[in-house]
Amino acid sequence: MGSRSSHAVIPDADSIRRETGFSQASLLRLHHRFRALDRNKKGYLSRMDLQQIGALAVNPLGDRIIESFFPDGSQQVDFPGFVRVLAHFRPVEDEDTETQDPKKPEPLNSRRNKLHYAFQLYDLDRDGKISRHEMLQVLRLMVGVEVTEEQLENIADRTVQEADEDGDGAVSFVEFTKSLEKMDVEQKMSIRILK
Amino acid sequence: MALQMFVTFSPWNCLLLLVALECSEASSDLNDSANSTAQYAPNAWFAAASSEPDERISVFELDYDYVQIPYEVTLWILLASLAKIGFHLYRRLPGLMPESCLLILVGALVGTIIFGTDHKSPPVMDSSIYFLYLLPPIVLEGGYFMPTRPFFENIGSILWWAVLGALINALGIGLSLYFICQVKAFGLGDVNLLQNLLFGSLISAVDPVAVLAVFEEARVNEQLYMMIFGEALLNDGITVVLYNMLIAFTKMHKFEDIEPVDILAGCARFIIVGLGGILFGIVFGFISAFITRFTQNISAIEPLIVFMFSYLSYLAAETLYLSGILAITACAVTMKKYVEENVSQTSYTTIKYFMKMLSSVSETLIFIFMGVSTVGKNHEWNWAFICFTLAFCQIWRAISVFALFYISNQFRTFPFSIKDQCIIFYSGVRGAGSFSLAFLLPLSLFPRKKMFVTATLVVIYFTAFIQGITIGPLVRYLDVKKTNKKESINEELHIRLMDHLKAGIEDVCGHWSHYQVRDKFKKFDHRYLRKILIRKNLPKSSIVSLYKKLEMKQAIEMVETGILSSTAFSIPHQAQRIQGIKRLSPEDVESIRDILTSNMYQVRQRTLSYNKYNLKPQTSEKQAKEILIRRQNTLRESMRKGHSLPWGKPAGTKNIRYLSFPYGNPQSAGRDTRAAEFSDDDSSDPGSPSIMFSALSRIGSLQKQEAQEIIPMKSLHRGRKAFNSGYQRNTSQEEYLGGVRRVALRPKPLFHAVDEEGESGGESEGKASLVEVQSRWTADRGHGRDHNRSHSPLLQKK
Repeated sequence: MGSRSSHAVIPDADSIRRETGFSQASLLRLHHRFRALDRNKKGYLSRMDLQQIGALAVNPLGDRIIESFFPDGSQQVDFPGFVRVLAHFRPVEDEDTETQDPKKPEPLNSRRNKLHYAFQLYDLDRDGKISRHEMLQVLRLMVGVEVTEEQLENIADRTVQEADEDGDGAVSFVEFTKSLEKMDVEQKMSIRILK
Repeated sequence: MALQMFVTFSPWNCLLLLVALECSEASSDLNDSANSTAQYAPNAWFAAASSEPDERISVFELDYDYVQIPYEVTLWILLASLAKIGFHLYRRLPGLMPESCLLILVGALVGTIIFGTDHKSPPVMDSSIYFLYLLPPIVLEGGYFMPTRPFFENIGSILWWAVLGALINALGIGLSLYFICQVKAFGLGDVNLLQNLLFGSLISAVDPVAVLAVFEEARVNEQLYMMIFGEALLNDGITVVLYNMLIAFTKMHKFEDIEPVDILAGCARFIIVGLGGILFGIVFGFISAFITRFTQNISAIEPLIVFMFSYLSYLAAETLYLSGILAITACAVTMKKYVEENVSQTSYTTIKYFMKMLSSVSETLIFIFMGVSTVGKNHEWNWAFICFTLAFCQIWRAISVFALFYISNQFRTFPFSIKDQCIIFYSGVRGAGSFSLAFLLPLSLFPRKKMFVTATLVVIYFTAFIQGITIGPLVRYLDVKKTNKKESINEELHIRLMDHLKAGIEDVCGHWSHYQVRDKFKKFDHRYLRKILIRKNLPKSSIVSLYKKLEMKQAIEMVETGILSSTAFSIPHQAQRIQGIKRLSPEDVESIRDILTSNMYQVRQRTLSYNKYNLKPQTSEKQAKEILIRRQNTLRESMRKGHSLPWGKPAGTKNIRYLSFPYGNPQSAGRDTRAAEFSDDDSSDPGSPSIMFSALSRIGSLQKQEAQEIIPMKSLHRGRKAFNSGYQRNTSQEEYLGGVRRVALRPKPLFHAVDEEGESGGESEGKASLVEVQSRWTADRGHGRDHNRSHSPLLQKK
């Protein structure tokens, strides 16, 4: 990586590494990216900074992804927070599951945490359930304008119906996990470069 | 489907046949000494008949000679185009086999016809025509459409693989065949080492890009894509250089006494030829980029400059016996970045399409000629040679792939898996390149040329058809662990969500590469190159102006489709919902699944999906527009309300379809400053007709549903006293009403407001201006919203 002066020392690098499991090289790259996104050199990222990523503007979930970086209504995200979100997408390696210390908290890129991240994209009001309305909103986002409202509502109904087991008209996290048990979530939500 | 297409060819062919038969009859009747080339001379017939009364003017004349060559060439190209249309009409076919297979089949068909009618095909292909006219467009297209960033990121691996792979393949196949030829039993004793080496070099000219389209859905990773692309790009150049060198060798040393000095000289020459060609290409690329800087006022010649300079680089390199192919490739790669920024939008489109067209014509002609050669009498079938050629092609490709990648994997951050290597191995499909080189072997130096041509044809047919057709299933088999065909709706939705999510996070992470080199180049580029090569005073709103055009068209379309779909809406459904969720029958489930699959947005492809024979259709742009509009509206709403992205309790708003988020509780007070900034914009701008019209039309369809939700909305809004946007809303409501009425009467030009925004932001990516525009748009959008709300009592009379 070189001895360029612009490679600032990352504060709390060790604790971040322990928490997220990134290698030193990946952490350096992420830090470089963080600084590239932080246009005014504020030291943190605001929503505007993330919105400058043009590709997110044409992603149907772009806004929600940006929002997920700002949990609990905060307006800024610092580097540890940034990395914490991206840690969800670290590929799952065998060593992670082998050296599973039952006392330590689950690593951020475990299947459960990945699913939890995806769940939060649906569940905007953070009540722990995906209501029919929330499902409908996500559907609206992901589908073109040719589909009528009626069809969308049917689809939303059906989706909730399929997953809902205790009949409360909403999908809880457990039900969500169960409906995706056959899916290879680890592979779908892993980005190769984030080793 | 395709058969029907072939049937329609028969009128053309009947015409051709009739003319051919008539002419052949005529010529056989006459004395053949009149025409030495055994071509038709209907003129002679008429001349003979009218030789006695030679002042008579013939009323009806037939002169086929005059137009024969262009006529037939045009017919061939037309035939291939019709076949392509048929190919694409049947939707599943492009996924099954590569398009080059289709072209080969068409060629074989034309060949059969020509053979059947004993018609002598026009001499389309000889050495100078091929190298001067047919080859450059193909190479230019490959170079121009190559995605530069991934190419340069992986350039080490690509060069290592392409150059060494080609060399190993060529030499390996040549040497192995030489040893086979030594075996007396096969009767190949007269094929010497040089000829074998030459054959090896021409047979290792692969065309793997042809199969890319087949496994595009499997979404192979970017590095793999680039390896295949890079190999295709450089492979042509390297094999032609080798070929020319070995031909020079053959001419010089007919008696096989090659000294080591010559071999060293050969290697040195190889390097010089390659590097010299690239240098030429870069120089010409910069010159043409520089010239496009000054063509604002005469944009019609911009495509001409691009093409002429590329072609010139090729010819200039060829003059000095350097590699013209590498020159034209380097020229295209260098030129592309700067030219794309300089030229006007229409010129850019023209260049793209024209390039595709030219390369497609060239390739079609070569394949047709290949077909013509296939069905003919000039074959020499030697079982041993052909079978061993096939075997060695596969063996040596496997050896080179696995050996070279094993070594390069030691140095890569993201090594290639065995699966990737298998895919690369299997994509070694031979194409037009090797046939041309085989066909153009000088007969004087190669007495057994026919055998070579036959062997080449067999290899091409085998790889193109068998490998081309089976590579799709192979990739899918390697990629997918469980093919769960019948996924539940849940799974489908969630899978698509996760794909979008992954693409989004990848965009957040950005591209990781060898930072130092890339950053250095970027700095150099910014400081010097761009100043010289890019037009001055390029309005940042060139991106904005493109956006404008998209918006206008899209909005108009949306209005039209909005009006149409509102008639399909029905009220009773609402009553049903209130009773409870009804159980849906399996047919409904099926139809729901179909709706979902066909209408969900595609995940954005990060790599340029390259299709050799076609330019990407516009569906992804339409999708992007829809998403952008939605986002705008949300941003607009959130700005107005004084918080960034609303969370919390969803409320029934009119334009739910156009919002990414529902309405919700306020965020912290920090948002107020943002609201204050934008409130100025709100009041100053009269409105944006198009978006509003679309909103109005959508309102029409949604109004009934929201009628009862208006009231809770209003109460909700009243409840929110926390922001200063309250006052803003009141003042703006009247304005909005006025604005809307004004607008409804007189649609004004859409984007005058945007022009002011054009200069804002100076980010290098230029995307910031896009975001500014979006927020500007969201400012305008709100007019529509309030208008709807205030009008809802009127509409409630339904």
